[in-house]
Order: sequence, then structure tokens, then C-alpha cells
Amino acid sequence: MKEITLRVFRYRPETEAEPTFQEYAVPLRDDWAVLDALNYVKEEIDPTLSYRWSCRMGICGSCGMTVNGDPKLSCGTFLVDHAPGPITVEPLRNFPVIRDLVIEMTDFMQKLGAVQPWIIRDESDDDPHTELLQTPSEMDDYKRYSMCINCMLCYSACPVYGLDSKFIGPAAIALAQRYNLDSRDEGQEERLDVLSDDEGVWGCTFVGECTRACPKGVDPAGAIQRAKLIAANEAVKAFLLPRWVR
Amino acid sequence: MTTGLWQRLHRQRVPLLWWTSRRTYLLFVLRELTSVAVVWFVVYLLLLVRAVGAGPGEYERFLDWSARPWMVAINALALALAVLHTITWFMVTPQAMVLKVRGHRVPGLVLAGALYVAWFAVSAVILLLVLS
Amino acid sequence: MTAPDAASAHDVVIVGGGGAGLRAAIAVAEADPRLSVAVVSKVYPMRSHTVSAEGGAAAAIAAEDSFDEHAYDTVSGGDWLCDQDAVELFVHEARAELLRLEHWGCPWSRTPDGHVAVRAFGGMKKMRTWFAADKTGFHLLHTLFQTSLKYRPVTRYDEWYATRLLVDDGRVCGVVAIELMTGRIETIAAKAVVLATGGGGRVFPFTTNANICTGDGMALAYRAGAPLKDMEFVQYHPTGLPFTGILITEAARAEGGWLLNKDGYRYLQDYDLGTPTPEPVLRSMELGPRDRLSQAFVHEAAKGRTIDTQYGPVVHLDLRHLGAEKIEAKLPMVRELCRDYERIDPVRDLVPVRPVVHYMMGGVHTDVLAAAPLDGLFAAGETACVSINGANRLGSNSLPEILVFGARAGAAAAAYAMEAPPIGAAVTAQAADETRRLERLLASDGSESVAAIRTAMQHTLEGAAGIYRDSDTLAKAVDTLRELQERAAVAGVGDRSRTFNTQLVGALELAAMLDIAESIVHSALRREESRGAHQRTDFPARDDVRFLAHSMAYREADGGCRIEYQPVTVTRWPPGERVYGR
Ligand SMILES: Cc1cc2nc3c(=O)[nH]c(=O)nc-3n(C[C@H](O)[C@H](O)[C@H](O)COP(=O)(O)OP(=O)(O)OC[C@H]3O[C@@H](n4cnc5c(N)ncnc54)[C@H](O)[C@@H]3O)c2cc1C
Repeated sequence: MKEITLRVFRYRPETEAEPTFQEYAVPLRDDWAVLDALNYVKEEIDPTLSYRWSCRMGICGSCGMTVNGDPKLSCGTFLVDHAPGPITVEPLRNFPVIRDLVIEMTDFMQKLGAVQPWIIRDESDDDPHTELLQTPSEMDDYKRYSMCINCMLCYSACPVYGLDSKFIGPAAIALAQRYNLDSRDEGQEERLDVLSDDEGVWGCTFVGECTRACPKGVDPAGAIQRAKLIAANEAVKAFLLPRWVR
Repeated sequence: MTTGLWQRLHRQRVPLLWWTSRRTYLLFVLRELTSVAVVWFVVYLLLLVRAVGAGPGEYERFLDWSARPWMVAINALALALAVLHTITWFMVTPQAMVLKVRGHRVPGLVLAGALYVAWFAVSAVILLLVLS
Repeated sequence: MTAPDAASAHDVVIVGGGGAGLRAAIAVAEADPRLSVAVVSKVYPMRSHTVSAEGGAAAAIAAEDSFDEHAYDTVSGGDWLCDQDAVELFVHEARAELLRLEHWGCPWSRTPDGHVAVRAFGGMKKMRTWFAADKTGFHLLHTLFQTSLKYRPVTRYDEWYATRLLVDDGRVCGVVAIELMTGRIETIAAKAVVLATGGGGRVFPFTTNANICTGDGMALAYRAGAPLKDMEFVQYHPTGLPFTGILITEAARAEGGWLLNKDGYRYLQDYDLGTPTPEPVLRSMELGPRDRLSQAFVHEAAKGRTIDTQYGPVVHLDLRHLGAEKIEAKLPMVRELCRDYERIDPVRDLVPVRPVVHYMMGGVHTDVLAAAPLDGLFAAGETACVSINGANRLGSNSLPEILVFGARAGAAAAAYAMEAPPIGAAVTAQAADETRRLERLLASDGSESVAAIRTAMQHTLEGAAGIYRDSDTLAKAVDTLRELQERAAVAGVGDRSRTFNTQLVGALELAAMLDIAESIVHSALRREESRGAHQRTDFPARDDVRFLAHSMAYREADGGCRIEYQPVTVTRWPPGERVYGR
């Protein structure tokens, strides 16, 4: 059987001060993804290699890695597409590394909470026994942004986040927009505080790389620019109009 | 969280020349840098206005100055950069602008196409004015 | 919000951050905002396996549908092993729960006038499956998780692995857990514990289940003395992609997909499932129940009418006649999965599929309040067995189940915690004991590899507890699993690091899987009849005289497994024949 070489980023904080690369030869099989190759390494060659994975069907968002320089879901990145190799596998960029390919992402978890990603509305007139109506076209307005699997590839691709981790970042803003654009939601104004901050939408310089990296077609870059429009609009209104007309 | 571990996290550093590592990053940096050309044209226009305001002599001198080879070179370069700037922005506009006509989103290509049409129309009008 | 201090204490600890766990957490917070509730999860909650559910969630809402019909479909689909009192309350509350999720923002697919749309599903006589395209579980889980963020009393322990239930004199009062990032071992004390750890499909080699589905919660309860109910009922889903085991949702057939053998023939008509029509007919042919469809596949393979591939026999799922537009609108994920993982396009190509282990009907025994027979212990979701699924779960009943019983578990645990006396000191000794065990495990230098034992276990289960079973192979499997238990006891972790040690987790998961594998095989051996997903070639008929009863697997002090039986609750639907397609 043909083989291919994986060059894997290793970092063992208890024994090493700096990361190293380790090479493993794995079978080059047509239907193997990078994740299958890593599992082969772990089961057959080196049990100490650490990485996250779970669903292996591109929906849980666990297995993001940098494969040959690009942020990818390793379950959906096939060896044959990178033959003859070697394939360099590193942790996602822009995040601190806990160990090997495992990144630290509590920063995102906090930012996600900060944009209030839940329906905000006055529920006093809602009838719990029926649905809130929403036409397919109204759903289309936000549907795309609801597809985010929190895989962190967009943060890894975003140079702004790399340079300043205070930037709230693509996925969190896209999710804020997901709710802002939902016909059932009334929370746009509440979310604006966080979004219109310096570290919010204005941090984005529209590189657009987040959208290219997104494996689910979410288009965070578009979401951010649209949020900028809203934020600018609101700022102008707040400046020009008395409160009661706004 | 154990403090020891936080210190042991490996912090990945962004390399100094990060924007050379990827074509798209480079394009982005070019888009941002080419805005200098736009600034230049604004300054140039202001100089022109000042010259016109100061009377025919001053205006003549401005024209002479503009006809010098190095000035022509600068302006030609600035034009190229400004065109690049415009195109890179037009490329991303459909992403930022969502237009809906009768409940359907206008496709990005149509939107970008409309921008180019508008751009060429305005340029044609200006060209007509200048030539006539 | 995340990292708590050493030796934390809460009113309620929920182990599991999937659909059931998050729903339970919200229920506790809503019961009384003064209660402190913790969610312990070995992965970030939005990575839980609920995320991969595709097809939809059932609840009667259409004008021509009724609660009774949903209940009847569920009971007959479960081959009369369901507890009918549980089913009746389930079908009522399912609708309320799905509506609540709608109000929380779940993007359910809609009809043109803005109402929630429903689709057909296997074994259901009416259209009642709500769906969010074919990413229902994904939207459901993310909606729940994002909504849970607004409840301040919820403390999350993300990427903490629970290793043991603390039990003091018959009362459960917390868990011991490892923080994966640091390797820190911690006691999380609580007046009530809810297990919501999901299924255990990874006991088998070929499964739709994620890597994390290792039945941990079932093993925790089993070791603490709670019985596991109906463990022999393991559902095979008829349509998994070969090699990966990735699921092609039943919705593909509900939208009109056909199953074809190697001659392009809709073979299900030969197995008493109805006559083929171009349009899908409810409770007929491709929309029969999963157990019957998977069994038909085995017979078809035996007749040599399946297609051979390097991953064994397959049949074809044909979606081509649906057209690109319908596939894009209703089954985008099916297309995405086929394209990304199989490199085919269902718009043009036939999709190769074969039966794949999908769901465990069995689990921790609970009553309708989600209480297990240990004080202070509750369970909900796939890890629990109430039972509404009986001998065969109907597709799209599990998502509403995790909501209905997640909410019930949260409410019951909250009520219990409010009344319960403070926790005794005995748990400290137990926790110290567990810490020592884990330290020893981490330091062990075993010769055996965890991966090798895991593979052996998986193949043992597939051979003995697959779609068809018999007493000889089951008896042999009992012995093999005993040996594997012994080998596992001396296996080495092979990684001594305390930082994100996935080998340690793998060893603990293997131990859990071996325990539940034993309970599956023992329960299957003792049930000398064929019912739903449990088909014995040596006892091919259903036997309501002896086995209209739940198997209850108890762990013996020596690690053995004892089976008892408990009667099934029948309210309105006496056992009858399961009729599909006629
Ligand atoms: C591919 C697929 C498609 C499906 N499609 C459908 C469908 O269309 N309709 C339907 O009704 N059902 C469907 N199901 C079934 C349904 O999705 C599951 O039964 C259900 O989601 C289980 O939810 P849960 O909350 O019980 O568990 P899970 O979502 O699996 O969550 C388990 C949680 O427990 C945690 N956990 C486990 N062990 C430990 C431990 N030791 N320590 C700490 N935390 C732990 C995990 O981290 C996780 O958070 C599908 C299943 C699969 C596999």
C-alpha cells in the first residue's frame, strides 16, 4: 500500500518548552480523511498524540486544524487531495495551544455569551400553544447565519483576531446577526452595545478570509458588514433625532 | 483554572510578514494601501481648485506642473491603484449589501454588474464633458 | 462562568450537555433561580451528539393528526414493549416542548403561510415530524445551548469527564470528574444528579454514533447499583454510508427515496412491507419501521441480491427522481454528506447504504418523572429508558424524548434538591478512593493496548448482538467479554501527561463500554423470543406470555450481570400484530 507522510505539530507542555514537528508515515487510502490518518497514528503508532474529534461528519465542529496552512475540518479533508504529501498538520492559528493539536477556546465561549445569542422579545402576548409565524422568506433572512457550527476556522483565518484577540470576531458577530435578523427577535438594540464597540464590528477590516474558511457557508464577513450598516444607522439616528421619533 | 497551566499554554505568534503568506491577505493589504491613491486624487483636486481660484496665471502654472513627466507618472500610477481599489471593493460589495426584490435576494453577480455599469456610465459622462 | 473552585457543590449536577442535559439545566433554573445547577460535559455542549440528528422531531400538530395516533404508532412501532402511560404523556408534552423550542428561536422549516411544516417518517401513520431542513439536531442543540446562556444560575464544566457517582447509603450526592485541560480530579457534590450522557453506539464497530457515544452514564449508574433496562434492544438504521457509518436520514425516504437491490428492484415488497407506489405511502415500504427494514437487508444479502463492496454488502438508495431542487430544499445535508464523504451526488448517482448501529432503546431505568431507583439520581435522553421506545424506537421520537424527559428530569431533580437534607461526609472518603484509582490508572504500565481491546469488543458485539442473534454466539460473547474485562483491567494508558490526556479518557470510556456490552449480551441471551430489534434465530416468534416484560440488568458485586424482569405497563393498546403496508 502507498504511504503518505504526516508532519504533525507536537507540543507537550510538561516536557517541552517549545513545539516540535513529528513525522508519521500512514497508509494513503482513497477514502481516508486527515482525521482517519490521525486516528491511525493514535491507535497504531503513538498513543500520546492529542486532538479533538467527535462526529466525523462535519457538524460537531470539534476537529478544526491547520492542514497545509489552511484552516480545515480534518474529518472532511482528504489525504488524496494532498498527495503525494507531506501533509503538515498544525493546531488552528491565533489560539493558545493546550497540547499538540488542541487549542484553548474559552475566549470564544465568553464572546458568544456577550452578544446575547438568544431570542429577546416581550413575551407577554405570546401564546405558548401556537407557533410564532415566520414565512420561509423571513427565515431566509437569517438562515445562513444560523448554520455556524462554532468550529473556530474563521477565527483562525482572521488576521485581525490574530493581531488583537479582543476583537469579538466573525462567528460571534454572525450569530448576533442571526438573531438580529430573526423576525421573532426584538433585541437588536440590546446587542448593539457590544457590536458597536471598538472591538465589535468596527474592528473588522473586511479581509473576507473568514467567509472563505467557513465550511458551512455562513459568510461571517457579510454579516459583519451588514451589522456595521445597522450600527452606523443607529449612531446617525441617535445623533440627529430626538428619542421619541427613533 | 490552574494558574500553572495558563503559563504553559503555547502562544502562537503572528509573523511580521503575515500578509505575504496568502494571496488573499496580500490582496486585502493592497486594497487598504491603494486607498492612498484616492487620498492623492483628493489632494490633487484641491490643488486644482486653489489654482483656478488664484487666477489664469496660477492655473497655467498648475497645468505646466501637471504635464511634467514625473507628475504624469505619479498620476498614471495613482489611477492604476485607484482602479484596483475600486475593483477590490466592488468584489466584496455584494457580500455587505443585501438587496431584495420581491422577496428574492438579488444575486451577487447582478449587484456587482450594476456597480460596474454605473461606474462606466459616470466615467463616460465625464469623458464626454472633458472631450467636448 | 466556567471554571469553578476546588471541591464545588451545587444543588443539581447534570452530567451531559446534549439536548437532554441542557433542557434539564434550563428546567432547574426555571424551577427556582436560587438553585445552583452545574452542567458537566466531556465536550463543549454544542459538540454533543444531538448535533448530528438530521431528520426531525415528532409531535402531533397537524389538524388531521391526534395524540392517540402518535401514541399508537409509537407503541406498535416498539412491538408493545413501551410503557403506555409514559407514551401517553410523552405525545402530549412533545408538542409543548417543540413549540417552546420554536419560541426560543429554533428555525423549524415552514409552510408558505408561516406555520411549522411537518414531514412523513418511518412507522408513522401521519405527517408529524417537525424538521429544520435535515439539520434538525444541529439547530435544536444550538438553540438550546444559546438559550441556556441567558440563565445565570447555570455553571458549566466544559470538557470535564465524570468518572464516578458518589453514593452515600443509597443516596447519590455528586460525581467525581476530571478537568481535561489540566488533569485535575475534582469532587462536584450535589443534592441531586441527572445523567444525560447519551447513547453508546461505539460499543459496535460500525455506527452512526460519534466518538463520544460510549455509554458512560449507563455505566456510572450500573456501577452505583441502578439497573439498566432493555439493553438488548439496539437499533440498526437501514441507511448508513459504508466505511464511515455516516447516517443518511430516513427523511430521504420520507421525501420519496427508494431502496433498490442489485437488480434495481424495490426489494422491500418481498418482506410484507406493502406494494411499491411511485409516491411514498405512510407506514409502508421504505417508510416501514427501522427494525423490519434492517432485517429485510440481511435476508436480501443472504439471497445474494445485494451489491458487494470492499466494506461488505450494500443496497442502493435512489433519490435521483426527486430532482435537484427538492434535494437542495429538503435534504441539503444528505447531498453535502454524499458529496464530501462519498464523493457522489445523489441528484445523479445511487447512494450505497447498509444497516448501521444507530440507537440504544435501553438505558438507565427510570419512572415517568425521570427518577432512577436510587435516591437523588435522575436520568434522561438516550442514556435513560423510561420506556417510550420499547423494542424499536420510531425515527424522530428521540429528539422530543430528550426534551420532554430532560425537562421532567430537571424539574424532578430541582424539587428533590429543595427538600433533600445536606450531604453527609462519607462522600469525601469515596472521592479520595476514586482519586487514587485514577492516579493508579494514569501511572499504569500495562502491556495491553486500549485500542486493541476496544476493537475486539466491537467485533464481539457485532458478531453476537447484531441484527440476528442466537444462543450459542451470545453465550460465547459472554465469555469473550469477561476475558476482555480482565485484559482491560491490566491495560496501560500509555500516556502519563495530565494535560488533555485523550488516552486516559479512552481507557475510561472503554471500561464503560465493556460494562454496557456485558449488560447487552446478558439481556439478549436471556430473552428467548424475537421482538422489535431483538431477533433470535432460535426463537423466531414474539412470546407475550414470558417476555411482555422489561429486562433489568443489575451489576453483581463480582462484576457479573444479573437479569430480572419487570412487567410492561399496558393502558389502552393490548398487544397486537404489527402491520405495515397493508
Ligand atoms: C446520526 C444520528 C441522527 C439522528 N437523527 C435523529 C432524528 O432525526 N430524530 C430523532 O428523534 N433522533 C435522532 N437521533 C437520535 C438522537 O439524536 C439522540 O438519541 C439524542 O440526540 C441523544 O441526546 P442526549 O441529550 O441524550 O445525548 P447527547 O446529545 O449524546 O449528549 C450526551 C452528553 O453527555 C456528555 N457526556 C457523556 N459522557 C460523559 C462523561 N463521562 N462525563 C461528562 N460528560 C459526559 C457528552 O459530553 C454530551 O454532552 C439521531 C442520532 C444519530 C446518531
